[in-house]
Amino acid sequence: MKLLLILLIMMFFAAMWAVMTSLILRAAIALALTSMILTTIMFQLNAPYAAVFELSVCAGLIPVIFISVISLAHRLPIKEYLKRRENRINRFWILPFIAIAIVVLIGIVRLPLGLNVAAVEKITDVREVLWNLKRLEIFGQIIVLLAGAYGVLILFKERNRDS
Amino acid sequence: MILDPTSFFWIFAAFAAAISAMGFYCMLMTYNLLRVLIGLEILMKGVTLFVVASGYLVGQTAIGQGIIITVIIIEVVVMIVAAGIILGFQKEYDSLNVKNTRSMQG
Repeated sequence: MKLLLILLIMMFFAAMWAVMTSLILRAAIALALTSMILTTIMFQLNAPYAAVFELSVCAGLIPVIFISVISLAHRLPIKEYLKRRENRINRFWILPFIAIAIVVLIGIVRLPLGLNVAAVEKITDVREVLWNLKRLEIFGQIIVLLAGAYGVLILFKERNRDS
Repeated sequence: MILDPTSFFWIFAAFAAAISAMGFYCMLMTYNLLRVLIGLEILMKGVTLFVVASGYLVGQTAIGQGIIITVIIIEVVVMIVAAGIILGFQKEYDSLNVKNTRSMQG
């Protein structure tokens, strides 16, 4: 439990860093760090398949996409960057207080939120869930993936035509 | 099943809610389209943390993992398409400022 608590606190600060930092590249790196810590939490909570997905996709692929977009976008002049950084501090200084207040209210004071969980049949094998219980969803996911690939093709095709 | 208020679940719920709130705040307060995406990602991390903790608490880790895999697949498709749209937007307006979307037709 102590290890989990330390990991949760680390994840909290990594997410805070991703939101608060003024450089987008650092935000992308902080996002990858958040995903890595979440992966460790998943391994601790007996969810290895989801952890592998999280590590390979969210900590690997998505930061690469972000960094590609950042490298393709135009750079701001330094004066504009400094001005935006100051504005950013003015807009975001309250966020750590809000986040800590939420942790205290829910984790320590334990507001009566009335959460409950429906009893369902216990399934222990993730393969049974994916291929039997959620079979229809798998087809939906395949369609979404193909739609995403088609969208990217259209976007890059239009860009090539423009250039 | 009513959740035991003394269980460790509440600590996970607290951190998941705080991380989701950070992502939501980032999406609301920023003017940069890339940062909106980063806020969305952080929001999804909070939700994923909540699902994995719930699955572990009720002993349904398999269903929890199935849901998380679905979430990750949808998330990556959204990110790739959104990144393409942001690049197109940047090319058109030479900026990533959300305020420029007001001048779009449609």
